[in-house]
Amino acid sequence: MFEYQNLFTTVQPVGPVDHGVELGHGNSPRTGEPLIVHLFGRIGNAQLGPIYLGGLGIASIMCGMLAFNIIGFNMLAQVNWDPIQFVRQLFWLALEPPAPQNGLHFPPMNQGGWWMFAGALLTTSLFLWFARTYRRARELGMGTHVAWAFLAAIWLFLVLGFIRPLLMGSWGEAVPFGIFPHLDWTAAFSIRYGNLFYNPFHMLSIVFLYGSALLFAMHGGTILAVSRFGGEREIEQITDRGTASERAGLFWRWTMGFNATMESIHRWAWWFAVLTPLTGGIGILLTGTVVDNWYLWAVKHHVAPMYPAVWTPVVDPALLIQGAKP
Amino acid sequence: MNFKQRSILTWVVLSVAALLSGCERPPIDAVQHGFRGTAMAEIYNPRIVVKDLEKNVVPEAPPAAAPGGPASSTVYQNVQVLGELSVGEFARTMVSMTAWVAPEQGCTYCHNAANFASDEKYTKVVARKMLLMTRKVNADYKTHVAATGVTCYTCHRGNNIPQNIWFTAKPEARSQGMLGDRAGQNTVSVAAAYASLPEDPFTPFLLEAREIRVQGETALPTGNRQSTKQTEWTYSLMNHMSTSLGVNCTYCHNSRSFGSWETSPPQRVTAWYGIRMVRDLNNEYMTPLTSVFPAHRLGPTGDVAKTNCTTCHQGAFKPMYGRAMAKDYPALTGAHYPEVAASAPQVVAVDAAAPPAAVEVAAK
Repeated sequence: MFEYQNLFTTVQPVGPVDHGVELGHGNSPRTGEPLIVHLFGRIGNAQLGPIYLGGLGIASIMCGMLAFNIIGFNMLAQVNWDPIQFVRQLFWLALEPPAPQNGLHFPPMNQGGWWMFAGALLTTSLFLWFARTYRRARELGMGTHVAWAFLAAIWLFLVLGFIRPLLMGSWGEAVPFGIFPHLDWTAAFSIRYGNLFYNPFHMLSIVFLYGSALLFAMHGGTILAVSRFGGEREIEQITDRGTASERAGLFWRWTMGFNATMESIHRWAWWFAVLTPLTGGIGILLTGTVVDNWYLWAVKHHVAPMYPAVWTPVVDPALLIQGAKP
Repeated sequence: MNFKQRSILTWVVLSVAALLSGCERPPIDAVQHGFRGTAMAEIYNPRIVVKDLEKNVVPEAPPAAAPGGPASSTVYQNVQVLGELSVGEFARTMVSMTAWVAPEQGCTYCHNAANFASDEKYTKVVARKMLLMTRKVNADYKTHVAATGVTCYTCHRGNNIPQNIWFTAKPEARSQGMLGDRAGQNTVSVAAAYASLPEDPFTPFLLEAREIRVQGETALPTGNRQSTKQTEWTYSLMNHMSTSLGVNCTYCHNSRSFGSWETSPPQRVTAWYGIRMVRDLNNEYMTPLTSVFPAHRLGPTGDVAKTNCTTCHQGAFKPMYGRAMAKDYPALTGAHYPEVAASAPQVVAVDAAAPPAAVEVAAK
């Protein structure tokens, strides 16, 4: 009568909900009474909670909320505490890092000081969250892959906002906290350093980013396609491969000659995802510190080809008129 | 189809329609502007180009003045700039200027009706300076305006004050307090094409002569200390230029390297002179008029109205799509202004770029 399906299931198996296994010494109790939410059950597990907060989680959320509020109240002050303008201009507003002439000195609060505080708090929050994911994984007897993947993202964040500005000798080189402003910063950064597309680590990062999306689609598609044979129950398939796993592997062997295994596909995905911020961070770190103009660097190393001229080449007019009127 | 499916379908259709409502209706013409495959193209929508052409019509020139006749300075009093013109040409110029700048108010916008020679109206003093400015542009900035030249109409278009001018904004009070300083950016910057870039790129670059160039000229660092923040100011100015001319970055820059002159389209040289021209006009012609203007014509910091690229271009890659107008007005071209014409510098000839094909087609 009823049919169990894996995605957008029409039937949600609902049983008695509980807090889960007892945790060992040194763990906090979990927070909140678990409840069943039907809509959540349509896209994932219907059970909401309990959540494990713990000391690290609470400290992380507090630091994060402090940073979030510093950024938010600075934005609100920028629109003269007008909530309507705050909403209208939200995408444009930002908390700017200090001016370049401040170097690595601590700036006045209104000219970057708040940015320093927000950055420090956000960094603390991220590291606490990293420690939390590490500890929770260990407590569940899992590997710590998720924590290290998160650390890869923290690496890129730190390169952009801390390590590279430190090496450049100016906090002003860091990224503003704002939605459009950080995008404008990104474009300006590429323009300043002669087109970031010629940065080989930027290229690698793009490869891994797009590669991650491709792998995600391939893997998701494959598993959904064999879910009629129970293929979505991957953990079981790793130890005891059934017909779903065999078919999934055969599909790729037949279409491209080579196939991942139930275990290796997840290593591919993990490394592609992790290498995106790792290589991206290296690319950012080298920009301005080691390479000043990526286009000229690419020309020097025969990466950028020269195209035939389609107009009469021009000369920099600033060189033509020494001392003369324009 | 049941009710639920119908309502879902309705929502999907409405959402798609709402998403697309922000888009420009095709067709879109891409005019290639560089070597193939290098993303060097200008984008035009013929429907919009046609409308723009209607907004950029050159007014018909009055019939030429009869040759000969006495010089205007011998007939009229207090003719300081146009004295060498014949009386006929002088009258023709005055009539044209009235039509371009004060079509509603007429002669008395600048002149005392009882005594045309009087300088009591500030508008007349300003107009005299503006005549000198127009001649300066036509004589000394052929590197930017070429033989096309400019007239009063290029900027005024029938308005007392050109529609596109700028003032320096007041420093924000909240920059003084504990929080709320925006560092001159991070609001809707109209100058920078609605980006969050600095909203006044004009004061540092078109009034002061701050460094616009930010890119390093060597692959490895050799001492270029221009910051990413500084680049945002340059980027803001470039967005202004792009909007003013209705073109994208690659009209002047190579898509691969914005800084490289060797691979830049020739238009970049014209634009380079344009920046110097605007800066010169703001400092030598507009700023000295500050005390002449009444207070209500001045900006929030008591500064005079100033020019930028939009003042003349108004969305066209060449003002009025390059239609020559100044040639019909010898009073403005410096033909009677030999001391200025003699000082015109000898600079490399800049190939005045042909208008993109789409515009030519639409013009026909």
